[in-house]
Amino acid sequence: MTNATKANRKSLRTQLHQVLPKTSILETDEQTRPYECDGLTAYHQKPWIVVLPESIEQVQNILILCHNEGVPVVARGAGTGLSGGALPLANGVLLSLAKFNNILDINPANRSATVQPGVRNLAISEAVEEFNLYYAPDPSSQIACTIGGNVAENSGGVHCLKYGLTTHNILQLKVITIDGELITIGSQALDTPGYDLLALMTGSEGMLGVIVEVTVKLLPRPEQAQVILAAFDDVVKAGEAVGAVIAEGIIPAGLEMMDNPAIRAAEDYAHADYPVDAEAILLCELDGTHEEVNEQIHFVENLLTTKGATSLRTSSNESERLKLWLGRKSAFPAVGRISPDYYCMDGTIPRSQLPFILQKISELSKEYDLLVANVFHAGDGNLHPLILYDANIEGQLERTEEFGGKILELCVQAGGTITGEHGVGKEKIDQMCVQFKSLELQLFHDIKHSFDPLELLNPGKAVPSLHRCAELGGMHVHDGLLSHPELDRF
Amino acid sequence: MGINRTQELQDRIRAALNDKTMLKIVGGNSKHFYGNDVSKNTKVEIIETRIHQGIISYEPSELVLTARAGTPLKEIEALLAKNNQMLPFEPPHYGEHATLGGAIATGLSGPRRPFAGSVRDFVLGTKILSGKGDVMSFGGQVMKNVAGYDVSRLMVGALGTLGLLLEISIKVLPRPHTEVTQCIAMSEQQALKTMQELNQSSMPLSALAYEDEKLYVRLSGAASAVKSAQYKVGGETLLHADNFWQQLNEQTHPFFELSKPLWRLSVPYVSTVTLNEKSFIDWAGALYWLQSDKTAEEIQQHAAELGGAATLFRAHQVQTGTNTQERFAPLQAKIKQLHVNLKMRFDPYGILNYGRLYSDL
Repeated sequence: MTNATKANRKSLRTQLHQVLPKTSILETDEQTRPYECDGLTAYHQKPWIVVLPESIEQVQNILILCHNEGVPVVARGAGTGLSGGALPLANGVLLSLAKFNNILDINPANRSATVQPGVRNLAISEAVEEFNLYYAPDPSSQIACTIGGNVAENSGGVHCLKYGLTTHNILQLKVITIDGELITIGSQALDTPGYDLLALMTGSEGMLGVIVEVTVKLLPRPEQAQVILAAFDDVVKAGEAVGAVIAEGIIPAGLEMMDNPAIRAAEDYAHADYPVDAEAILLCELDGTHEEVNEQIHFVENLLTTKGATSLRTSSNESERLKLWLGRKSAFPAVGRISPDYYCMDGTIPRSQLPFILQKISELSKEYDLLVANVFHAGDGNLHPLILYDANIEGQLERTEEFGGKILELCVQAGGTITGEHGVGKEKIDQMCVQFKSLELQLFHDIKHSFDPLELLNPGKAVPSLHRCAELGGMHVHDGLLSHPELDRF
Repeated sequence: MGINRTQELQDRIRAALNDKTMLKIVGGNSKHFYGNDVSKNTKVEIIETRIHQGIISYEPSELVLTARAGTPLKEIEALLAKNNQMLPFEPPHYGEHATLGGAIATGLSGPRRPFAGSVRDFVLGTKILSGKGDVMSFGGQVMKNVAGYDVSRLMVGALGTLGLLLEISIKVLPRPHTEVTQCIAMSEQQALKTMQELNQSSMPLSALAYEDEKLYVRLSGAASAVKSAQYKVGGETLLHADNFWQQLNEQTHPFFELSKPLWRLSVPYVSTVTLNEKSFIDWAGALYWLQSDKTAEEIQQHAAELGGAATLFRAHQVQTGTNTQERFAPLQAKIKQLHVNLKMRFDPYGILNYGRLYSDL
């Protein structure tokens, strides 16, 4: 950990002013306030100083200076992350990559695009649309989140089941190490010799290096996409239907589930004509060639009926498809409207455990006297239970945190994980002690030290110290709460 | 079911630490030729993973299979086939006894790779024995998991130099309903252009290869979709297409009767490799197999200029045992340093497959 003194920071400040224009350094309270948190606003901390470099050389200089003075650095993209991964440090530099917002190259022949890290996820697909290509991972914040942040968090989205996470959809990264060296990880080709540092870097939450360029893989746009909305009178039946679709050899582009409280909230908000009396709905999207989708749609419709669907609705054109998705995509802000506060969980479980987990969550909901609206990426077992509470009522936040912790514990017990796509960050650092043993956590620290021996890059995130785990002695939750209900989150 | 031999393997590693012996990890020994020759290391003993075998869990509707590293690939593929599923990355066996551990450690993927994904894309979790003899688990059996660094995928292609694989969980996929291969006679130049066009289309492709004046287009998916694509692609439908792809993947195709060293060039899609050597093009133009006795420098430099890398895949028989050159392309100095740092952390005494990937790892 850093032992930087005030003198170090004073010296660093002087040197930063030598390598950066005045407009690229933010120091006043008013200027640094917007950087005090990311999408998880429960945690906030104003950074000591914010730098906004615009060239690779500037980033190299910043890191060399921080390295020399022993001052920690937290990199930040759009700040839409949900686990406090970009939470600044009071004694540290906040390195914003917002000015790295250019698309550098589109290479349709190689089905790839090379972009700067501050380019928004959706902007990539928009830019390559003329070539009939797109970038597959679509995290819910895709309109705002940046590709650099996506790589740092290994972001997912609704189409992971078929198209994978960020780690499956990138070819090459340019990264600056803490000592200021520019390295190229991966390549423009499919295989690269040596260790798979691309996998290691993806999802490393800014702990190993600062990403300054990303080459993403692009996919041809499917000819056709259609979505089926299936209603069920029983949540468990809906959960079983999910397994049945996959068991039949069909990999839907998206397979999402909502329970009754989520359906009602979404319908009130988005008016997507959802069946508000249903106990659960499934949204099953199929994409591919015209022939393939036509063939599969009928098959899945029949299958869902056999599995107990009480009603079905299938989109027959693009506007109907988007309307059916609208309810699902508005689920988070919709829940935000019916409850003063909500807390979003992100556990993942083996799909077969879905009925079990749903039952347990329902029992816990009664025990804690807190309502839960469930929205799931059911196809890949990623749960987003939203616990509804009111922070103004004394004790509710604490009960919510405890409840949330129990859900994550259940996920680990069921053979799953504490985070499917939101990352550990600051939020779930204590639950890491539940998921991993000391040996594994120690190896994570060893990996960190292989890249950043002085622990200057985003220290205190993603991997808890063994000391911390020992003190917790098991499960003890310090989670935050999700804010920004206005941002789509699915 | 097989037997859990973790304890025995752990004891072997601990004993090696004690005796300062290096260990050469051997599964089915089917890919012994791949990577640097480490048999000349002094004091090397063999640690066999084949004793540690068995499929631990497989739930077809979960699309996940977990098996011990020594489990024969054949056994896994047979079980999957029974359930109409497959390993989408089509790992080459190169021998009857190929194991899952070997497939993961070498990280080699077959013809379906550009369209379905590579070995590492399908690895969900691993249990390993580090060079210190510690048993550790990473990842899991779920599709989405971002807790901790992705150590499981780091193991893929590391050739056992970071840890001995004990168990691996992999994602599997349903077999395509229909699969056919169209074969079209054309020049290499034409073929590269056609591959590029197809690769950017939304056709249900599952392999694109070119050899001996013929383009091979494999189509997979719903029967109606494949039929319609067949018509669009043209050419003739290849009989016994499975044999053709297997011969390519297993290197039993006549092209692989070697008279010179075999090079593997991973390059950006539809690169034009101009080394004037007989080649077999796979992966829609992103993989070239080349028989050449040109110097490593020349071949590696050419691949690097194209944005890729060349590996000396099989040294010619005459050279085997005497060949001291690195099989894999050189790494940027800082990247190499990071490799060394990681090796130091996973295997601080350098006992696991030392030198197999790079002579100093």
